[in-house]
Amino acid sequence: MNVFMQTLVAGLLIGGIYCLIGIGMSLIMGVMGIINLAHGQLMMVAMYITFVLSSYFHIDPYFSLIVSMPALFLLGCILQKYFLNPLMEVDSILPENQVLMTVGIGIVLTEIARFIFSSDYKSVKTSYGGSAFFIGNISFNLPMCIAFLFAIFITVALFLFLSKTDMGRSIRATAQDKEAATLMGINSNRITIITFGLGAALVAAAGSLLMPIYYLFPDVGGPFTLKAFVICILGGLGNITGAILGGLTLGIAESFGGTYIGMGYKDMVAFVIFVLVLVLIPGGLTGLKRLIKS
Amino acid sequence: MGKKNLTLIVLLVLFLIFPLVVHSDYYRHLVIITLIWVVIGSSWNLLAGYTGQVSFGHAIFFGVGAYTAGILATQLGISAWWGMMFGGITAMVIGLVVGWICFRLRGPYFALATLAGGEIFRLIATNWESLTEGMVGILIIQTFRSKLPYYYIALLMAVSCIGTIYFIMKSKWGYYFVSIREDQDAAESMGINTTLYKNISLLVSAFFTGIAGAFYMNYMAFIDPNVVFSLHFVSIMAILVGIVGGVGTIMGPAVGAFIMVGIQETFRSSFFGLAPKWVSQAHAMAFGLLVIFVIMFLANGVVGDWAKIKRYVFRIKPQSME
Repeated sequence: MNVFMQTLVAGLLIGGIYCLIGIGMSLIMGVMGIINLAHGQLMMVAMYITFVLSSYFHIDPYFSLIVSMPALFLLGCILQKYFLNPLMEVDSILPENQVLMTVGIGIVLTEIARFIFSSDYKSVKTSYGGSAFFIGNISFNLPMCIAFLFAIFITVALFLFLSKTDMGRSIRATAQDKEAATLMGINSNRITIITFGLGAALVAAAGSLLMPIYYLFPDVGGPFTLKAFVICILGGLGNITGAILGGLTLGIAESFGGTYIGMGYKDMVAFVIFVLVLVLIPGGLTGLKRLIKS
Repeated sequence: MGKKNLTLIVLLVLFLIFPLVVHSDYYRHLVIITLIWVVIGSSWNLLAGYTGQVSFGHAIFFGVGAYTAGILATQLGISAWWGMMFGGITAMVIGLVVGWICFRLRGPYFALATLAGGEIFRLIATNWESLTEGMVGILIIQTFRSKLPYYYIALLMAVSCIGTIYFIMKSKWGYYFVSIREDQDAAESMGINTTLYKNISLLVSAFFTGIAGAFYMNYMAFIDPNVVFSLHFVSIMAILVGIVGGVGTIMGPAVGAFIMVGIQETFRSSFFGLAPKWVSQAHAMAFGLLVIFVIMFLANGVVGDWAKIKRYVFRIKPQSME
């Protein structure tokens, strides 16, 4: 029972960070209808920002959020404005041009990181890195808990932004129906730029929050891109509440897979879930909810 | 038409006599590797360029083909060359499963489903140690010491792959494929069984990729999961070969394969030893930049946009002469 609870807690905590990654992906997917295959690589950039700030300037990883999030927001905006939006006008056979472009961007970002920092594994050392506290017999890793709280905070802030502000409403309108939104006077070009920036900033937060508990190398992004996609499929494509559910589910499922099946298969759990969802419940968790209702 | 046929015959003859003229094992090896990529790229192009189903998981079929050959040799003790036959067939069987699952999705979602599929296979090959030897990989003994037999087998493989795709695209199937790419719903309403034809396209594609994998096993004599199921060095490379050469053209992937392997080798050898050493680490970066460049400016690849390139080059030339 103890092991069970411990596994559940660990899964839930990492699930919080997965939520941030998934929401970022989901936002981009919802508004632009494309999958950002550079998502994990953007996170990798944020992780390096945190790494540099903490090991050269001795800034606490959690404070580095103040730098990494705006920096990635800017990077996301630039990528969307100068690399992805121009492709809308390019005539080509394959409609997946933008997706392929994100692959290219991902490769370049990874290689730039390898150029600057080499392929070595890096990590951030903090005084609280290994500390934990106990409730009953279950240990709570302190950095994971802080990360979880941050993740909740950022998610709530995002929800307020999307529901209360003009810009947030425009983003949601564009996601629902781009043409109608354009007719209502929303500059959808600008919205896509800001959305990509937001998505990048969210995944940057996830990256910075992961830094105290994770290690870092240039190829760290790839698996997270895949995870982000699995989360979105799990929660229903382009659905933000779904992404939260999906993130938590994935975290818990991975954690259980690691404990009860074997560490080697931990990464496979995500993909098995992914295939099962595709075959059994194509709409993801939100689709399931709708299915039960009707 | 006559001119085109003549060019093809001249090209084929050039390829046939190439290893007789060039004795350097290094250049023969490069061309063999390129020919493998011609096969993978052309197969990918059949599915993605002609049928419109962009696959990010061709490593599945490549790896399955390679592992079929390897496992035949290590577990059953028969020649890995049997893999050239069974590798393609196993890849087709796997292709059926992949198609059954992934064709529920469209567009980018299909792409990512196949991408996840590739990762699943890599993890299976890593963890199922009793069958695949896991991370240790499979090592066999090469049949021939000379590169010559390998060269001609690879050439035969590439020519038959391109030829098959050419004839498929001339047939009724080809028109079905393109109609699915252009508008799946319209194709469906015209009475085309889109799922069936997407699967046919996938199976042909998987078959040739599987054969290429089996040949790779025989030629390199060593595989491990991170090489043959690699996302970057197989699945994405297949896409790059396709888009750089030109999607939806017969010769595009072949041209793309030569460009990509050329660039890879130029960078890996630091411009043949002329540039400083660190350049050799930049080949992945060169790939990334090339993708960005090609997508932005040559969306239909070198072959697809050949007219555009020609026009551009000829317009530039007189100016620079002045």
